[in-house]
Amino acid sequence: MNGSSRFHISKRATIPWYFAWAIRLGAVVLAMIVCALVTTLLTGQNPLGVYATIIEGSFGTVRKFWVLLQEMAILLCVSLAVTPAFKMRFWNIGGEGQVLIGGLATAACMFYFGGKMPNALLLLVMVIASIVAGALWALIPAIFKARWNTNETLFTLMMNYVAIQLVSFFCNIWDRKGSGVVGIINPNTRAGWFPEIGGQEYLLNILIVAVLTVAVYVYLRWSKQGYELSVVGESERTARYVGIKVEKVILRTLLISGALCGVAGLLLVGGTDHTISTTTAGGRGFTAVMVSWLAKFNPIFMVLTSFLLAFLSRGSSQIAQNFGLNHAFGDILTGIILFFIIGSEFFINYRIGSATGKEKEDGTHA
Amino acid sequence: MEEKKAAVKLRDITKTFGSIKANDKVWLDIYRGEILALLGENGSGKTTLMNMLSGIYFPDEGQIFVDDKEVVIRSPKDAFDLGIGMIHQHFKLVDVLTAAENIVLGLKEPGRLDLKAAAKRIRAICDAYGFDVDPNQKIYDMSVSQKQTVEIVKVLYRGADILILDEPTAVLTPQETDKLFAVLRNMRNDGKAIVIITHKMTEVEDLSDRVAILRHGHFVGDMLTKDTNAQEMTNMMVGHPVVLNIERPDPVNPSPRIEVKGLTVRSIDGVVKLEDVSFTARSGEILGIAGISGCGQKELLEAIAGLQVVERGSISYVNDDGSREDLLGKDPLEIAALGVSLSFVPEDRLGMGLVGSMDLTDNMMLRSYRRGKGPFLDRKFPQRRAEWVVEELSVNTPGVSIPVRRLSGGNVQKVLVGREIASAPTVLLTAYAVRGLDIGASYTIYDMINLQKEKGVAVIYVGEGLDVLLELSDRILVLCGGRVSGIVEGRKTNKREVGMMMTRLGGGTGE
Repeated sequence: MNGSSRFHISKRATIPWYFAWAIRLGAVVLAMIVCALVTTLLTGQNPLGVYATIIEGSFGTVRKFWVLLQEMAILLCVSLAVTPAFKMRFWNIGGEGQVLIGGLATAACMFYFGGKMPNALLLLVMVIASIVAGALWALIPAIFKARWNTNETLFTLMMNYVAIQLVSFFCNIWDRKGSGVVGIINPNTRAGWFPEIGGQEYLLNILIVAVLTVAVYVYLRWSKQGYELSVVGESERTARYVGIKVEKVILRTLLISGALCGVAGLLLVGGTDHTISTTTAGGRGFTAVMVSWLAKFNPIFMVLTSFLLAFLSRGSSQIAQNFGLNHAFGDILTGIILFFIIGSEFFINYRIGSATGKEKEDGTHA
Repeated sequence: MEEKKAAVKLRDITKTFGSIKANDKVWLDIYRGEILALLGENGSGKTTLMNMLSGIYFPDEGQIFVDDKEVVIRSPKDAFDLGIGMIHQHFKLVDVLTAAENIVLGLKEPGRLDLKAAAKRIRAICDAYGFDVDPNQKIYDMSVSQKQTVEIVKVLYRGADILILDEPTAVLTPQETDKLFAVLRNMRNDGKAIVIITHKMTEVEDLSDRVAILRHGHFVGDMLTKDTNAQEMTNMMVGHPVVLNIERPDPVNPSPRIEVKGLTVRSIDGVVKLEDVSFTARSGEILGIAGISGCGQKELLEAIAGLQVVERGSISYVNDDGSREDLLGKDPLEIAALGVSLSFVPEDRLGMGLVGSMDLTDNMMLRSYRRGKGPFLDRKFPQRRAEWVVEELSVNTPGVSIPVRRLSGGNVQKVLVGREIASAPTVLLTAYAVRGLDIGASYTIYDMINLQKEKGVAVIYVGEGLDVLLELSDRILVLCGGRVSGIVEGRKTNKREVGMMMTRLGGGTGE
């Protein structure tokens, strides 16, 4: 026959966990090598110095470490939020918008009620408002999906833009100087700001997300509702066959998904930024999709993947700062590393053998 | 016959998937002018072996000779170049294209695409062998049997003279099967080599010239069909003697359980699927439903199970004390809430009855997860039930935490049937309960169904093979185009009568 070489790709039946992790580790090592090459070729910098800077970005000072944990917590919160929807095969890429709306509701409470009610009550109102706002924002595409089977991916994506415009609109109303930028809200009274715990301003955020992580894990793995949404995700026909009301499950799951996004908005506005802008969500709604997928929708693994992405993002900023490079350069390195990590999944699921070696053997037989 | 030169010789073919040896040093000869039936239980490696011949898989070891020349087949195209074509169990056609477009699809002929010339050639092939295909008909307008015909013509159009058919009759009515067999005989007489993979003994005896038997990936033997019989072939397949008849115990005081009156069902696009269907299913009795595919069996079962919107009619459940529950317009949950224990083994096992990616325990839980108060799941009960099903029905699985998708077809079905009977139903609806299962697994399922009947369960059995339906059912309801063609006694009727009733209301002999 023709002598062209071809690979044979076959699906692996099972793979021991240590082997899978060895492949992932190998992918990271490869990514580091490629990053080193790219760094040297594009910038002439010593790659080892760049790597050291990446680590410095997250662990350089105590303050930097807290910022890393805070970034990780917010990202993890958004990832936890989109995960129930994803497990139901409802591709909610509207996390960005849901976070923004949650943040907007929080900011509105701070802006209008700040100083007009006791701080504890204000915080409670903020919590309720952000959760309700995020949940309702996610409920809209869910209703359309459940009733008329519209495409949720496009719908949630579009809702992001609506959310951005809404935030922009209110920024213009609230801004007193006419620049369309809301400064720090209640800078003097600190009304509606999350309290510091033990002198750490981010600790409360981190604790809240830690509790949410366990809660979402338990919900998905051990609750009847979590089981129902997995069944709906795997097969709507099976769900109907055992009497699960598919529409109800879609609406319920998206309410939870949106509510958690609202909480992320609350943490961002009330806990960290104390202001709102169209970039408050900062693309986390989309990064969260990756965090959730990389962790295969397992909230516990998501702690690892959100750490990885937050770590790389902090490192990128540090490179930009230390080497006087464009921030985009750090993103290039992040992109390379993610490419290898995601690509390694292929080698975990599939085995590649060569057909040519076999052919030669056969040839000698004949 | 041994004088003839083999068209294809397989020597020491071995193929492993993970730790499973699907084929182990298999030898097989295929001759022209002969129909070879390849027999074996599920998972015995028939399809794997033929897939290697048609270029889907590549053997790990061994040699393939075509006309005494050693060949390497690495893709379906290599196979076609050698004149080997395979008709798969699941058709590989593009729905929105016509028959002719599908047939020429992927062919690299020089010059411009000439569909008219292609259509002419297709007609010539059809005339030669007695096919009935309109080259300009769209695939989505075709019945299952027409689609299969297109697949066969596609293979012939590419010049194949070695044809492999993987369970071609699984989706056909008896009449369609007869037509297919006539065509296959024509092709054999024309000197083509034909291999047919099947489970059905009657077909093997009816059609094939020679049989070859595989068991657990090994070649067990081959012989001329006329020198053997169903019993011998089955014993060779299974590896030990098997009793080949289905028991039919007499029903013990049957009483009405499900009463259906004037049931009319329309599909979403307004087509009448069932029209004015009335019957009674009794306890301790198997009511068989016969009919050509798509004549309303699916809708009938789903209407009873509360999964189908009904336009008119009534469905009632009769309690032991004679009181009635109206099932119509209720969903599965509401039916269960009435205290009616109704089990349903649907046709689509992994798409409806089970969740393929979940393990046995979680699949058992589909029926029982609502048990208990509180928001959390109890996995202990379903796990015990999964273990019971594995034990009781001898499901071949490494454990109850394996995704059911990894199990073979027969074991998947055992898990599904096992779950449905574990809840001690009073009504059991089954659709194509043995489709795709081998003899051993099929008889296990028949025994399970009979056991339910003896326990007093009203069984409604929708089957495709008339032979089994006639042996198993106490009464047979024959559907024709969504209407009741008649209800006959299983012990008194025959295949011919039921076959006639399936195609014409009342069987054409007057009611």
